[in-house]
Amino acid sequence: MDHIVTSNPYFGVFVLFVITFGAFMATTVIARLASRALAAKDSEKIKLSVYECGPEITKQPNRVSPQFYLFALLFLLFDVEIVFMFPWAVDFKVLGWFGFAEMIMFILLLAIGFVYAWKKGALEWHNIK
Amino acid sequence: MDSAYLIETIIKVVVILLIFSALAGIGTYFERKVLAFMQRRLGPMNVGPYGLLQVAADGIKLFTKEDIIPTNVVGPIFKIAPVITAATAFMAAAAIPFLPPFEIFGYEVHPIVADVNIGILYVLGVMAVGLYGPLLGGMASANKFSLLSAARTAAVFISYEVVTGLSLLAPIMMVGSLSLIDFNEYQAGGIGDWIVWSQPVAFILFWIAAFAETGRTPFHLIANDHEIIDGFGTEYSGMRWGLFFIGEYANMFFISFVIPLIFLGGYGDGSLLGALGLLGKMSFFFFFFLWTRAAWPDVRPDQLMWLCWKVLMPIAVINVVITGFVMMF
Repeated sequence: MDHIVTSNPYFGVFVLFVITFGAFMATTVIARLASRALAAKDSEKIKLSVYECGPEITKQPNRVSPQFYLFALLFLLFDVEIVFMFPWAVDFKVLGWFGFAEMIMFILLLAIGFVYAWKKGALEWHNIK
Repeated sequence: MDSAYLIETIIKVVVILLIFSALAGIGTYFERKVLAFMQRRLGPMNVGPYGLLQVAADGIKLFTKEDIIPTNVVGPIFKIAPVITAATAFMAAAAIPFLPPFEIFGYEVHPIVADVNIGILYVLGVMAVGLYGPLLGGMASANKFSLLSAARTAAVFISYEVVTGLSLLAPIMMVGSLSLIDFNEYQAGGIGDWIVWSQPVAFILFWIAAFAETGRTPFHLIANDHEIIDGFGTEYSGMRWGLFFIGEYANMFFISFVIPLIFLGGYGDGSLLGALGLLGKMSFFFFFFLWTRAAWPDVRPDQLMWLCWKVLMPIAVINVVITGFVMMF
C-alpha cells in the first residue's frame, strides 16, 4: 500500500480530535437532558454522599503512598531513555557499527543506574507500618 | 488543501467513530456471552433473539439514569474525565490502517485517517494520554477508593509504557520505519515474513503489556471490585460511567488491530483475503482478552510492578541488544 501524499498529514488527527471531543461532550449533555426529563428523582440528602460505606463526608486531602511517586521517578528515568532510543532504532541500519557501539555504551550506563535502583530497593513495594 | 480531501477525512472520522462506538457496545455483549459460556451459563437471553438487543437496553438505561454529582467532587474535572477517556481512546485510531486501500465508485480510499510517518509513536503517545481520564476522575471524586484506583492506574500505565516502548524497539530496528503501513509492507510476502518469527520475545512482551495498558483482567487493578469497589468509576453514574466503558472497549479493539499489524502480517498483500485475515486476527486477540478474564485471577499490585520492572524490562533491553548484534553480523 502506498502512502497518502499530502502536505498536511496531521490534519486528520486534528479533525478526529475535534469530532471525538465534540461528539462525546454532546453525549454527556444529551444524557444530562434526558435524565432530567425522564429519570426518577428523589431529594434525599444522604444519596449525594460518597460511596464509602457510610462514614461522614469529609473533604478528601488527595494523599497517596510515596511509593507511587518513586515509580513516577523511575518512569521518568527509563522513558526518557526510550524516547532517545526510538530515532536510533529507526536509523539503525544507516548508523551502522558506530551507532550500535554508542547505544551499547548508553544501555550500559543505564544498566548501572537500574542495578543501583534495584539494590536500593526502589523496585520493591515496601510495607509502611 | 482541496475540499475533496477535507470531506474524505471527515467522512472517515465519522465512520470510524460510529463503527467503533457500536463495536464497543457489541463488545460488552460478546464479553458477557463468552464469560457465560465458559461458566456453562447462557448469558443475556431475554432482550431480543439470543439477547442481542441487550446492548440497546443497556444504552437506554444509561441515558435515562439520574445524573448524580456527589458532594465534595471537583465539578469540572469530574465531568471532563470520562470524555477524555473516550476521546483519547478513539484518537489512537488516526494512525491505524484498518483495511487495505480499496476503490469505491471509482474513487480510491485509504482506510487510515492520518498517514503520519511516526504511526507507532503516535499510537503509543495517545494511549498514554488516556491515563488522564482515570487519573483525573479518581482524584476529583472525593472518594478514597477512587483515589487509590487513580494512583494505581498511573503507576501501572507509566510502568508498562516502558515495556511497550522497549519491546517495539527491536521490530522498529528491523523495519527501519515507524509507520504501521511500512510494517505491513515489510511483512507482505506471506506467513514466512511475519515479524513474530524473528521477534517472538518482543511479541510476547508487547502482548502482556497490552493487557496492562487496557487494564484487562490479569492486571485489572484499576477497578478491582473486591478491593476498591469500581475504582475511579465508583462515584460515576449514567452515561458518564458509560463513556469510561466505551473508552476501555475501544482501546481493546484498537490494540487488537495494532498487534497483528506489527507482528502478524497485518492485511498482507492487500487482497480481500488479507483484509479478512486482519479482521480474523483482530477478533482472535479481542477474544483472547475475554478468554483471559474467564481463566485467570488478578495479580496483586506489587506483583504487577515486580513483573514489569524486574522481569519484563530487563528482558526487553536484552532483546534489543541481541537483535542489534544479530543484525550487525
